[in-house]
Amino acid sequence: MNRALERLFNGIIKENPTFVIMLGMCPTLAVTTSCINGIGMGLTTTVVLAMSNTLISLMRKIIPDKVRVPAFIVIVASFVTIVQFILEAYLPSLNDALGIYIPLIVVNCIILGRAEAYASKNPVIPSLFDGIGMGLGFTMALGILGAIREIIGSGELFGIHLFDEPVRIIGLAPGAFFVLAALVTIQNKIKIIHGKRTEDTGCGGKCKSCVMKCSDENNQKEG
Amino acid sequence: MTDLIKIAVGAAIINNVVLSQFLGLCPFLGVSKKIKTAAGMGSAVIFVITIASFCTGIIYKYILVPADITYLNTIVFILVIAALVQFVEMVVKKISPALYKALGVYLPLITTNCAVLGVALTNVQKEYGIAEGVVNGFGTSLGFMIAIVILAGIREKMEYNNISPALRGMPITLITAGLMAIAFCGFAGLL
Repeated sequence: MNRALERLFNGIIKENPTFVIMLGMCPTLAVTTSCINGIGMGLTTTVVLAMSNTLISLMRKIIPDKVRVPAFIVIVASFVTIVQFILEAYLPSLNDALGIYIPLIVVNCIILGRAEAYASKNPVIPSLFDGIGMGLGFTMALGILGAIREIIGSGELFGIHLFDEPVRIIGLAPGAFFVLAALVTIQNKIKIIHGKRTEDTGCGGKCKSCVMKCSDENNQKEG
Repeated sequence: MTDLIKIAVGAAIINNVVLSQFLGLCPFLGVSKKIKTAAGMGSAVIFVITIASFCTGIIYKYILVPADITYLNTIVFILVIAALVQFVEMVVKKISPALYKALGVYLPLITTNCAVLGVALTNVQKEYGIAEGVVNGFGTSLGFMIAIVILAGIREKMEYNNISPALRGMPITLITAGLMAIAFCGFAGLL
């Protein structure tokens, strides 16, 4: 049980996928025009992440090492399709708001990253909680980003009017970049105050648990 | 013909894939430190997206629609794209080692670029035919190339500036991207 709690804490705070590892940027910026959209996207991703982590962990001894990435992609894509059907049936408004970003959960780096880094090496229960923890961390980040953009950009939260004359640009595409930049700056400032600034790779430098292979590419460039 | 030009211009500039649709952000932020690498990544993306939108278009029209399994499109497209990237890598290596040297390192990265799958799905959603799909794919990837090369150019210049430590790296890149997004908003009324 302790291990499960540790995984939850790890995903939500210590290795928060958005703020600490900087993974899955595309949906983070695209769907956070309002708080509820952000939370909806986060929870959808959580469900897919928890299910795919569980299944991948169950099958980790069957999947041959050489074809593991395609196998992971098929598993994730199947769950995404299932979730998309459920959303279409029961939450059509959320489905319309998120649009193309639901099928694009397949290529969300968080999911493949967790499959590769955690689920393919660990037992089922911790993998499930790892998925839930990471998903909730992602949901929290998207919710915060969405709330900030909704309050500043349209002067309301959950449809409740707060003030007049909102700064519209924050709700539009450029605002997404600015709000995220502000949040990362605050985080950097705190790190500098505590004297533990990490290397600037844009992803936190966790190359071992990453499927992007950009470190190989950088090495080749320099070598 | 004018329809095709409209689709291409719309995809490349007005609805820029990175700056207004937020697809392909990982390579956009990750490999935009130098103009040379950015241009390499951009051309690899143009290459793959154009071919991928052709292949997925054909598969959708002649396999998925007749067999009435269009709901499987996400799974089929991502597999086709992954296989295609591998295949393109092998073919390019065999036919043109020079081109492979230029694009080779970027090709494996492209499978996880959500712009590729995004274009394939948009083509289906907007009910584009094969020709329109290919043009849309080419326009979209051209937009990606434009955006990533501009960002790399700005970042190269920024290397020499004295930036406050908290803003260094990711935050200043995001702010630059935001300013570029504002600039691209100016194209909104073009068509």
